[in-house]
Amino acid sequence: MDIHEYQAKELLVRFGVPVPRGGLAYSPEQAAYRAREIGGESWVVKAQIHSGARGKAGGIKLCNDRHDLWEAADSLLGKTLVTEQTGPQGKVVYRLYVEAAQAIAREYYLGLVLDRASERVMIVASAAGGMEIEEIAERRPGSVHRIVVEPAVGLQPFQARDLAFRLGFKGVEVQQVVKTVMGCYRAFRDLDATMVEVNPLAVTRDDELLALDCKMSFDDNALFRRPEIADMRDRSQEDPRESAAADRGLSYVGLDGNIGCMINGAGLAMATMDMIKLAGGEPANFLDIGGGATPDRVAEAFQIVRADENVRAILVNIFAGINHCDWVAQGLVQALEKTGLDLPLVVRLAGTNVEEGRRILADSGLPIITATTLADAAEKAVAAVATTAKTAAYAEAV
Amino acid sequence: MSVLLDETTPVLIQGFTGRIGTFHAKEMIDYGTNLVGGVTPGRGGDRHLDRPVFDTVAEAVAETGAEASIIFVPPPFAADAMMEAAEAGLRMCVAITDGIPAQDMMRVKRYLRRYKWERRLRLIGPNCAGIISPGKALLGLMPDHIYLPGNVGIVGRSGTLGYEAAAQMKELGIGVSSSVGIGGDPINGSSFKDVLEMFQNDPETEAIVMIGEIGGPQEAEAADYIREHVTKPVVAYIAGLSAPKGRRMGHAGAIISAAGEGAAEKSALLEDAGVSIAPNPSEIGSTVAATLRAA
Repeated sequence: MDIHEYQAKELLVRFGVPVPRGGLAYSPEQAAYRAREIGGESWVVKAQIHSGARGKAGGIKLCNDRHDLWEAADSLLGKTLVTEQTGPQGKVVYRLYVEAAQAIAREYYLGLVLDRASERVMIVASAAGGMEIEEIAERRPGSVHRIVVEPAVGLQPFQARDLAFRLGFKGVEVQQVVKTVMGCYRAFRDLDATMVEVNPLAVTRDDELLALDCKMSFDDNALFRRPEIADMRDRSQEDPRESAAADRGLSYVGLDGNIGCMINGAGLAMATMDMIKLAGGEPANFLDIGGGATPDRVAEAFQIVRADENVRAILVNIFAGINHCDWVAQGLVQALEKTGLDLPLVVRLAGTNVEEGRRILADSGLPIITATTLADAAEKAVAAVATTAKTAAYAEAV
Repeated sequence: MSVLLDETTPVLIQGFTGRIGTFHAKEMIDYGTNLVGGVTPGRGGDRHLDRPVFDTVAEAVAETGAEASIIFVPPPFAADAMMEAAEAGLRMCVAITDGIPAQDMMRVKRYLRRYKWERRLRLIGPNCAGIISPGKALLGLMPDHIYLPGNVGIVGRSGTLGYEAAAQMKELGIGVSSSVGIGGDPINGSSFKDVLEMFQNDPETEAIVMIGEIGGPQEAEAADYIREHVTKPVVAYIAGLSAPKGRRMGHAGAIISAAGEGAAEKSALLEDAGVSIAPNPSEIGSTVAATLRAA
């Protein structure tokens, strides 16, 4: 789960990470009030969306007077920002963060991730801050320093000190860096984060160390024990299809194609999408109905796939182990009895109780296209989309 | 032969008396697994499915001589169950549980290293379908009728895609020595490399099917290992060709977050190491057949 910059800063401050003075605003009036609270002569107004690269997309504005600030806030709120990371649909700005502007002397990169190779927390830092880490690694690979943390004892101050020296910090600055790195690590560990990124970590012209931009992501599997983090979820930043699925405990990822997919098991779901692509089609989504799916759950999942307006055909592929093909078939028939079937539906069932499942589908009298293999299912779904498109074109022509 | 598990292996179920544990216990007993008892803290002394229930794994091991366990404990308590299994001296543990916090798994992996290699727990999973040695024993969730006993080892992250492969192979008359699910989590007990090594050393496994997916470094590590150490033919399929970068595809670990973690890149690395790549997921069985003919 991702959170906003301002939320990450609120959390990190508690662990001793220094951040600029700032405040949240939902309107230009509030932004102006925040500026007065913060004081000073210049401020930065930052669009709060779940994406990096906001600056390049015009989501961060430097304001030198109250009038500018009002204008900036007014223009950003409600605007859809398209960044390198949001995809073409972008994300809508509903919240702003107003901060005291800083005169920056030097910029650094500091990131903590759960490294899958070492299976430990890895700290990555560079004196070439301000760029994305991929860019730093490519352009200045020699500047990237890494520390792996031993999970039994956690990050030790000597490791943080060593990192500070390697980054070229001197004198009193070293203690500030140690405090910041240790704070980020403790936040990572204590809050079940999967990523903490401070970029840039800056030294101001007044020799103050400040985390200017912060990003945090959390382990979805640990949210049960981090209710405070779970409460930070912002639905406005999610694909509505994905929110609806998540509310029902289904794993769904929205994509750009037109063949809706409903599959059991993540691996089989990915493989089915691959098969659709190889057959010349494009999947509209990833959806894993999981193990032990009851007819009700199948019906709900089907509604979610169906709700996507781009979907022109639906492919259901079930290899039942814990699941039973007859439950899935019942769920489908149940869903279709409610809504009717206005799209081609291709169903492939295999595994536990497959005969019973096929019989339920056949007895329903619904015009379901059945398939025996994965390839057969994908080809039939792709062909069904082509036919629908032709019929639609014909209907339009007539 | 088979790896890790056969009909003589005495096994325990951790989370024995719950709904899910009970359901799968019955399936495993029916298949011929040597289930000697189970553990549910607070239910020690009871009998369940005609087998003894213990309060602790250590007690169960002392009483029954169990060597392996399977875990059906809910996510908040699963890491604890794995560490208890390690301390009790079990040789192997299969963790089925999906949804365990990644940092819990990080600590479990660290904890396992406390023990000398000779008495260290071999952890399989979590978030996996378990192990089946067809015709012998089942320590997992697999639908048993899709496996033919035979000489091809299967190792994969995904349960259902593993079923798909086994069913395609059965259709062509090709049997399986053991199928091992290593699970879809970012931090798991055994890697592809670990299981490839077991199959390479198993005299009755003649070929290996490896089913990977996007995310993480384990397929690349396996490619290096295969190039250097595996003499048996290997067939692979890597799922997720159509998965966009940065999106989690169901499994907690199925996310492309760095260069080289995509399906095409991993397939290329494996192919370069001499692995036969199935051109699509519907042709895993036929690729195995062709590879066996050529061998």
